[in-house]
Amino acid sequence: MSTSAETDFALPRRARLHIGDLALRGIAGAAALTVMIVLILIAYKVTQEAWDAISTFGLGFLTSSEWNAVTNQYGARDLIWGTAVTSFFALLFAVPISIAIGLFLSELAPRRLRGPVGALVELLAAIPSVVLGLWGILVMGPFLEAHVEPFLIDHFGWIPLFSGTPSNVGLLPACLVLTIMIVPIVSSICRELFDSVPSDLKAGSLALGSTRWEMMRGVAIPQVSGGIVAAVILGLARAMGEAIAVSLTIGGTARTGWSLFGSADTIASRIANQYQGAATHLQQSSIAYLATILLVLSLGANLSAALIVRRIRRRMGAG
Amino acid sequence: MSAEVNPLTVVTRRSRRRKRAGIVMEALATAAAILAIVVLAIVVISVARKGLPAINADFFTKNPAPVFQTGGGIKNAIVGTLIMTGVATLISVPVGVLIAIFNTEFAPPRVAEGMRIALNVLAGVPTIVIGIFIFGLLVVGHGQSAIAASLGLSIVMVPLIARATEEVLLLVPVTLREGGMALGATRARTVITVILPTAVGGIVTATIVAVARGAGETAPLLFTSSIFANSVVTDVHQAMASIPLTIFVDSESPSVADQQTAWAAALVLMAGVLIMGVIGRALSLRTRRQIERAR
Amino acid sequence: MTESESRSERDTAGGESADVVLARSQAQMAELAAQHGANPEEGKVVVLGLENVAVSYHGTEAVRGVEMNIRKELVTAFIGPSGCGKTTLLRSLNRMNDLIPGAEVSGKITYHGHDLNAAGVDPVEVRRRIGMVFQRPNPFPKSIFDNVAYGLRLHGMKDNLNDRVEKALRQAALWDEVHKRLRSSALSLSGGQQQRLCIARALAIEPDVVLMDEPASALDPIATQRIEDLVAELRNDYTIVIVTHNMQQAARVADMTAFFSVDVAESGARCGILVEHAPTVQLFTRPSDERTEAYVTGRFG
Repeated sequence: MSTSAETDFALPRRARLHIGDLALRGIAGAAALTVMIVLILIAYKVTQEAWDAISTFGLGFLTSSEWNAVTNQYGARDLIWGTAVTSFFALLFAVPISIAIGLFLSELAPRRLRGPVGALVELLAAIPSVVLGLWGILVMGPFLEAHVEPFLIDHFGWIPLFSGTPSNVGLLPACLVLTIMIVPIVSSICRELFDSVPSDLKAGSLALGSTRWEMMRGVAIPQVSGGIVAAVILGLARAMGEAIAVSLTIGGTARTGWSLFGSADTIASRIANQYQGAATHLQQSSIAYLATILLVLSLGANLSAALIVRRIRRRMGAG
Repeated sequence: MSAEVNPLTVVTRRSRRRKRAGIVMEALATAAAILAIVVLAIVVISVARKGLPAINADFFTKNPAPVFQTGGGIKNAIVGTLIMTGVATLISVPVGVLIAIFNTEFAPPRVAEGMRIALNVLAGVPTIVIGIFIFGLLVVGHGQSAIAASLGLSIVMVPLIARATEEVLLLVPVTLREGGMALGATRARTVITVILPTAVGGIVTATIVAVARGAGETAPLLFTSSIFANSVVTDVHQAMASIPLTIFVDSESPSVADQQTAWAAALVLMAGVLIMGVIGRALSLRTRRQIERAR
Repeated sequence: MTESESRSERDTAGGESADVVLARSQAQMAELAAQHGANPEEGKVVVLGLENVAVSYHGTEAVRGVEMNIRKELVTAFIGPSGCGKTTLLRSLNRMNDLIPGAEVSGKITYHGHDLNAAGVDPVEVRRRIGMVFQRPNPFPKSIFDNVAYGLRLHGMKDNLNDRVEKALRQAALWDEVHKRLRSSALSLSGGQQQRLCIARALAIEPDVVLMDEPASALDPIATQRIEDLVAELRNDYTIVIVTHNMQQAARVADMTAFFSVDVAESGARCGILVEHAPTVQLFTRPSDERTEAYVTGRFG
């Protein structure tokens, strides 16, 4: 590193170099280590909080639908159901919409519009979840109760999903709010994916006489299907973990039932609503148990998405 | 030669069907994009309309009125949010930037890849779980505090800043790095005096975006910030009020006055967050162009 | 002697000695001359007619003033230095330039006498009849079978699908190598095989014309040879237009050759122009334009 002209100063210089580098490497490494420590600490602390409930109820917690502060019996089944239903329907609505928006931004929109429209869709993600929840319970909920749900009950009430009585809270408003939150995330990933399809591949389909839609369906979507799966999993993780907006719109009385109308609850929402006001230590611990379940689910989802992305990258690199 | 019909214009039932299918699907895709923008407009306009009536000077300068009295504002919550988000930023920016430097300068590729996965996992932890974590770690036995809240917010913000900073650092051309080191500077010195200044625009942008996100988070504040702090608190070891928590609590209140406060607070929060988001995005486009021009 | 020497120095299909290539070219040219006599166009109808065709991007002309008739069941080569608009012109023959924003075609392109750009003409229909093979193989991320069947399924040619796929693969001289693994991924094939797959894919929908944009430029010499043999055989059933930067290739496979060059205006603006369009043998041995002669004998790039 030092030239011959500086050999006189080589020794002290080198010592100074060494320390500066070591110091930066040290604190940078420490920062990186902190991330790992925090991750492990989170897993540890939450499980520790939950330990009482885990040792009391074991895995039966997952199948029991008791939730009674008087008898001190708690079970997660209704909450797992609520989480499953809200996430499923949120994805059902959000995924086609997101793929469509991704295609629009990547292929269909006039070039000058792509930036602004993309920015507006992403702005949807910037709305704080508590604001969305507020709007959901005070504006969307009453609207659904007054106009949409009666219509669905009258015309489709024979489907279990649409049975019940109209309400301004419940699975439906919660699903819709979750859809609004997931769409920007999944659609921006889809847009990047479609942008990455080699133009040669698209040209190949069009040169065979396909329409633009046939090209998207036959070549572009299959080409990035792995990435779309990863994006959907990320959307799922987001939906499962959302506590605030859901707790404001879902009502809070846990139940297992097919009707989309009427109060229900999810894992994340129950944690938000009841943790601080828990009557007994076991209740608090049970809620921490819920948090552990949520942690496991979200870890599973994020790791699978990361694995899929890694496999795709490796295939692209090799191919 | 061309007395007959141009065969290229002949339309068969099949080709008409294909063309129609294409038009329908493209229309649906356009409709989806329009739907997203319409929903955005509906939410923003709703909040604005419902919140605006309560926005006046008092709203920003007065603390909440005692129960059963009208008037008052959310000064305590505004100050609380500013302080807690501010402290969180002071913690997250150095940590996030250092992690990015570690990944780009010092870590072998496998380790850097592992760090990226870890950051993604951390970013994916539901914020409510982070709330429980911080509660168990710092609030139990000590009571709620702004420090606890800020740490919770930092856990949310660090992955965002670290990822965005790493992207910017990777954009800095290799020639700049090598140039610094060829002049005899140490790696540390190169990073501090050459690379960071080039990347500073991107880091500022990343910070703005992370702050916009952190200011809007409610879950880490649920168990660490207080609904009873009715006046301005500046001691970080005490619990403070916060705008998101105010909205959360007031929205479930039967009192119309409380709901009005919730709307107005939501308007303030949403406006702040959206404006920061827009500025952040605009800056990010500009810095990206700047760095690419320097390549 | 100097002419053939400098010709043999330029652009041989890598690896072989220049003399061998030259000898082969001359042998093939002699064979072509014997096959078609002095005029290969005799008795062939016009498939594509170009009248004063120009293509511009965002107002800047890339190629202009093209007057040419491309006749049935012949191989026509477009040769010339880079930047002379060969590929641009080729892409306008199947309206692929429609996909490039800012691209404009002026003049008249006729297909069997009908205007290609008339109102009401469906580009989808154009591309079914005028197919294209690209410079780099671009197989879809599907099985070999599904790649070939892609166009067939699009256009409703689904009867006897298996037979049609086999016929296309045989025409592309690929059947023997892949018939036992039709369901395996197209991406597992070598570069040369992938390109032949792309040719099979294009041939499956029974086009009238096949446009080829430097189809062998991304391939090794042996694969290149196979593609050239294939083109020579396909001439019997299809009209082929092939863009190539390799003069020897044109000499080996083409019946007719069109030489393009770059015209530099005083402002410095560069635009491609058609210099000469003649039977290959004639263009290479007795070119009528001095620019053609200069290019063909290697006096400039």
